[in-house]
Amino acid sequence: MDGRREDTPQGTAPYGTAAHEAAAPYGTAAREVTAPYETVAHEAAAPYGTGVAVREAGPGDAVSGVRPRWVALPESTGEVAALLRHAAAHDLAVVPAGGGTKPHRGLPPERCDLVVGTGRLDGVLEHAAGDLIVRVLAGTTMETLAAVLAGRGQRLCLDVPAGGATVGGTLATAEAGPLRFRYGTARDLLIGVTVVLADGTVARSGGKVVKNVAGYDLGKLFTGSHGTLGVITEAVFRLNPVPPARRWVVAEPAVSGSPSCSPSCSQGSALDTLAGLLAASPAEPSAIEADLPGPGREPSLAVLVEGTAAEERARAVRDLMDGHGPARVTDEAPAWWGVPPGEETLLELRFPPGRAGGALRAVAAGVLPARVRGSVASGVLRAGLPSGVAPPEFAGFVTSVRDGLAGLGGRLTVVAAPPALMTAVDPWGPVSALPLMRRVRERLDPGRRMSPGRLPGGI
Amino acid sequence: MAAEPLAELTRRLEEALGRGSVITDPVRLRTYECDGLTHHRAVPGVVVLPETTEQVAAVVRLCAARGVPFVARGAGTGLSGGALPRTDGVLIVTSRMRRILSVDMAARRAVVEPGVTNLAITEAVRDLGYYYAPDPSSQQVCSIGGNVAENSGGAHCLKYGFTVNHVLGLEVVTPDGEIVELSDDDPGYDLLGVFVGSEGTLGIATKITVRLTRAPEAVTTLLAAFDGIERGGRAVSAIIGGGIVPAAIEMMDALAIEAAEAAVACAYPEGAGAVLIVELDGPATEVARQYEEVTRICRETGAFELRTADSPEERAAIWKGRRSAFAAVGRISPAYIVQDGVVPRTALPGVLASIDRLSREHGIRVANVFHAGDGNLHPLVLFDDARPGEAERAALVSGRILDLCLEHGGSITGEHGVGVDKSRYMPKMFSEDDLDTMQRVRCAFDPRSLSNPGKVFPTPRLCGEVPGVRRGAHPLVESGRAEQF
Repeated sequence: MDGRREDTPQGTAPYGTAAHEAAAPYGTAAREVTAPYETVAHEAAAPYGTGVAVREAGPGDAVSGVRPRWVALPESTGEVAALLRHAAAHDLAVVPAGGGTKPHRGLPPERCDLVVGTGRLDGVLEHAAGDLIVRVLAGTTMETLAAVLAGRGQRLCLDVPAGGATVGGTLATAEAGPLRFRYGTARDLLIGVTVVLADGTVARSGGKVVKNVAGYDLGKLFTGSHGTLGVITEAVFRLNPVPPARRWVVAEPAVSGSPSCSPSCSQGSALDTLAGLLAASPAEPSAIEADLPGPGREPSLAVLVEGTAAEERARAVRDLMDGHGPARVTDEAPAWWGVPPGEETLLELRFPPGRAGGALRAVAAGVLPARVRGSVASGVLRAGLPSGVAPPEFAGFVTSVRDGLAGLGGRLTVVAAPPALMTAVDPWGPVSALPLMRRVRERLDPGRRMSPGRLPGGI
Repeated sequence: MAAEPLAELTRRLEEALGRGSVITDPVRLRTYECDGLTHHRAVPGVVVLPETTEQVAAVVRLCAARGVPFVARGAGTGLSGGALPRTDGVLIVTSRMRRILSVDMAARRAVVEPGVTNLAITEAVRDLGYYYAPDPSSQQVCSIGGNVAENSGGAHCLKYGFTVNHVLGLEVVTPDGEIVELSDDDPGYDLLGVFVGSEGTLGIATKITVRLTRAPEAVTTLLAAFDGIERGGRAVSAIIGGGIVPAAIEMMDALAIEAAEAAVACAYPEGAGAVLIVELDGPATEVARQYEEVTRICRETGAFELRTADSPEERAAIWKGRRSAFAAVGRISPAYIVQDGVVPRTALPGVLASIDRLSREHGIRVANVFHAGDGNLHPLVLFDDARPGEAERAALVSGRILDLCLEHGGSITGEHGVGVDKSRYMPKMFSEDDLDTMQRVRCAFDPRSLSNPGKVFPTPRLCGEVPGVRRGAHPLVESGRAEQF
């Protein structure tokens, strides 16, 4: 029953590393592909009798190197429930999949029989512009959703990297972008959710109103769940108006030449001072992002100001930044804005705001050349590593940076890495709530069939 | 439950906390018999006043070992009976845990104990130009621990969000007495987000890390008087439709205004059938432009008088009537029920018309006060309990208002919580499977249902053993690549 581990050479992800708009593996296959199979005799476990479009899996369907046996493409919450009931009856391990844009997230599943692709769970069900909410199927891409909302002058303030990520995948991985500084992350914007549990139970929480405290917020539970609790099929978000104007203020803050301080140390201290000033600025920036390409290269700081009077406010921000090197106001984001600093291998550094300097010193002490980028004023930076890093080097780097961050009250998580690297480390490090998470998982998926082992700690 | 198990437990509690921290005197116990929702009452079996996390954990462990239920209570200002004690259990009151443990301005956060009042956090950082954003109207007395349990909102949550959006970390005593940290920075399931708003059913928060928000550069408050709520409603739609998100938009109808006038002489414009309060805050340049836009909209939609407040004193004068509204109806009615339903904002006019019909049909007056920006209604259902049958009719109208909210895709509670008061409405809002799934989460935290039992869910779920759970070490642990954590 176990999925077969493909012998993928390290660094060659089965999904490919390019953006997946065109390559999204799920939802693109036509329903007819199932026809030939339906006439063939199957073993009982094959999910062909469920009425849902199903095909046999190919090498391109592997999840972190583990090849499933079938790929199903349900079109409704009901179809997902039928699939999961079937999977429960036949003890099939199930991995939900969205746009396939994050191939290296999570540990390889311990087993994977059936991939549930959400590509056909596609569409905006309800955009109540007057209520500033949208109800959307989980397989809808963030781009499609954004286009629909923009048509009525609204947006979801969840500016994840472009490239075909779905709503469900964005929630399951708790992905966020620069706007987190002002608007928070998926958990702050999600107001309702429909999920299908491992046993096929359809459960809903929250609703269509922003203000609502009735019952537990299952949406929060599924945010960051990486497919281990069930399949997210529908989401309701709170929206914001598209701001009338946006301006970026960009600067390359001066690096101090003090001999007692490594370049990244100086960059960091300057960054903390500036980020603190900007965060406290009455101009109320929406995002404060830093790009630190590594030793010997200029760091950049960019601030987004949007809304009414954006130009005046941007100039006020520029004046603040000018003390740290020349700053300019533009109406376009820098090329690196919101782009992850790495694709294959991505680490997330979390620390209390104001301690970016220490965090960068921790990275610099880790020896490997990392590119660091992210929401410096929110205490969330990501580090990308070049490909070709060997597992022992990687493990040493993770341990070293993690220790450094722990001293700041921060933490390091391996967000994405090829399976060989991911399995060489503890991707999360210590998490006080891990036993509770494990118990939640046991209650919602006692058979341990949803993406088993995808999250660390036996989750 | 017989008195005997509690007597033994009480002795153990006194050993653990000291006699001065355990209340058994019936007269003193009675002061804890209800929270802000006074028609649900139960005298607690015993009350404890712990001073530290370790003491809370010790109390919970003593309860857990005996299968005795416990309920946490902050300031007791809740409006859904969420802190209603158990006669057969322990009430854990956090009023002695009121230290602000740290304020880190570089990180813009503070760590506080659960008994600290909401307003005390703001007062600690106001001089530095910061505040704690969620502002339930009881903020002078309500505790942050209670805010966490209820996911409290306030008038300004339209722009700034709820407690859950401002709590960055918690130290929690779980129902089996373990001390666990939940953090916004943790990977995996957002248990922090699940815990906030779980109404004390998943454990007790003993330390709370909150986000501090920079005070806005400018605040302008506007009061607009309309002949009725329909025109006021149109103004609200036009403001939101125009892409403006005010910090708050509040509306009161004629009856609510009448009550406020009687109680606090707020001197709202003569003849107003509805008043709208719009508060704008943010960068001065932005507020100035939005102010122009909002005043234009109000005039166009028929406001016959506009007042503007720029100073804190003028602002307080405008808010005076609104803030007093709940208590004020006491001036025009012997008794009342406060409802807390939510409808999609665009459904407000229709729902208000239906409430008016209900009111006439049953001969029960309803005063409407609401957070118009987010569709959170606080109808005040007025009645005289001395008149036979009136209390029942008021309860009926109140329940029908919640039905109306649900028919329009809304919620039975926007900020007061489910508690004991609304648990019977939960099956109208959620399916059996929805509720069962939530209770499976409850089972993960509290398999024996000891932490605030009888709240939120209409019927308890028997948790049972977890079937089919894989035993033995995780493969990563086995292979030596990870430690058991």
